[in-house]
Amino acid sequence: MTDVYIIGTDMIRFGRFPDRSVPDIGAEAALLALDDAGLSIGDIQALYCGNLLEANAAVGQRILHLIGQTGIPVVNCANACATGATAFRLGWMDIKSGLHDLVLCVGAEKMGKGLIGSDRKPDGISTEGLLGSNTMPTIFSTLGMEHTRKWGTTLEQFARVSVKNHHHSTLNPKAMYQTETPLEDVLSSEMISYPNTKLMCSVNVDGSAAAVLASEKKVRELGLMGRAVKVRASVMTSDPYTEHDLVLPDFSTCTRLAARQAYEMAGIGPDEVDLVELHDCFATAEILHYENLFLCEEGEAGELIDRMDTYLGGRIPVNVSGGLLSKGHPLGATGIANIYEVTTHLRGEAGRRQVEGARIGLTHVVGLGNACAIHVLEKTD
Amino acid sequence: MQSPTPRTVVDFLKYGEDGSLYLEGHRCRDCGAVYFGRRSTCSKCFSRSRMDAVAAPPRGHLYAYTIVHRSFPGVETPFIHAVVDVEGGGALRGTLLGVPPDPDDIEMGMPISITFEDAGQTDREGNRYMTYFFRPA
Repeated sequence: MTDVYIIGTDMIRFGRFPDRSVPDIGAEAALLALDDAGLSIGDIQALYCGNLLEANAAVGQRILHLIGQTGIPVVNCANACATGATAFRLGWMDIKSGLHDLVLCVGAEKMGKGLIGSDRKPDGISTEGLLGSNTMPTIFSTLGMEHTRKWGTTLEQFARVSVKNHHHSTLNPKAMYQTETPLEDVLSSEMISYPNTKLMCSVNVDGSAAAVLASEKKVRELGLMGRAVKVRASVMTSDPYTEHDLVLPDFSTCTRLAARQAYEMAGIGPDEVDLVELHDCFATAEILHYENLFLCEEGEAGELIDRMDTYLGGRIPVNVSGGLLSKGHPLGATGIANIYEVTTHLRGEAGRRQVEGARIGLTHVVGLGNACAIHVLEKTD
Repeated sequence: MQSPTPRTVVDFLKYGEDGSLYLEGHRCRDCGAVYFGRRSTCSKCFSRSRMDAVAAPPRGHLYAYTIVHRSFPGVETPFIHAVVDVEGGGALRGTLLGVPPDPDDIEMGMPISITFEDAGQTDREGNRYMTYFFRPA
């Protein structure tokens, strides 16, 4: 089977675009990625489009209505917060299978403000507050407290994740926020769900990102080896049975399962990874995923952030883009935006936030339900 | 039309023959996993049609929690969202009452009583509902 390469990728600066449609922002990212590869939509043989909140609205076809109606197959996919990574993986599977040599993957999302979801029901009564809570912060805050129970992780350690990612975002012109956010500010912002304050919750923004994938044969034909980035592993998992999963969604077990498979597929160990973009939907989540991705020993995630090991310039930089906490989290775009970030570092084009000498990077997302997707990417020569 | 006795907020909160409320779990005859809510297949060991309905004891231990300060519009905060390991197997999530919403006052692993109380709300048709709460044992 052929190896699969990323030959073009880009994202729009995340923000709020009340006057633009989802296909409109998706089309912009698609054209940017095509330009990055030096290709036209006429060269593309299939489109995989990720969008969650308008999942029934043929977003992929409507992108083609804006940039070129070539008649190629389009698949629209929705997979919670793993939607973008799922679209990317569908493209990877297509090339891997030998079906096509050039495909485009796009993730696009427009978000409202405030808490995701609602408790409105057509009949019966509202259970919010009565049977605990159904909000996203509740889930990831409870998981943080589970970590605290096991390992004594402190509020300050969780908060330092947010300080770090906001710091990183000051180096990323495509991040929603680009403001230094000291620990006092993080801790004194509104408490949403203990221990996550408002500045420890990801930002609801609009955004899009895209990637062009190619077979090895096509990369050579186009003369793009060197700038192309190789996909060393693509893995997805769902939530295996664990004791609390059905009442407290378990993102750790599915991430560990995916991470083991991804390291095996890539033939590397965690110590060979130069940078990681992981799913920091809440500050508590990043702490859990340090251990889930085997970046440190179990129970040592709090010390990892205390030692600043996951800062740019540290032992294993995590979320140098600013992460979901500061770059922003447009659900369907996030998984491809992470791939754009890692690819940019592997190409040595990340400017002030460049992880020096990066050769191998890992992207990780999880979606409630649950879904986990991990990709391992490698620089080519 | 209003029902004569209050309804229950979830299908696994049931009235027994004597009219008292209990939590109905389903225990897998093969692997012992306990679930709340109707099901015929065990998602742990995949056994089919071997789930036995059991009355769960109304007690357990606090597994994890958060204090919810921001909820959906109109919902009173703060409140404690809790995950409780039920004695005999299975886990529930719900609201912990009877403890101040402060991490210094909430102890992981603390013994919990599961109480059955009026939900304090009615639906559009005016029906009352019974729910369960967690309280310190």
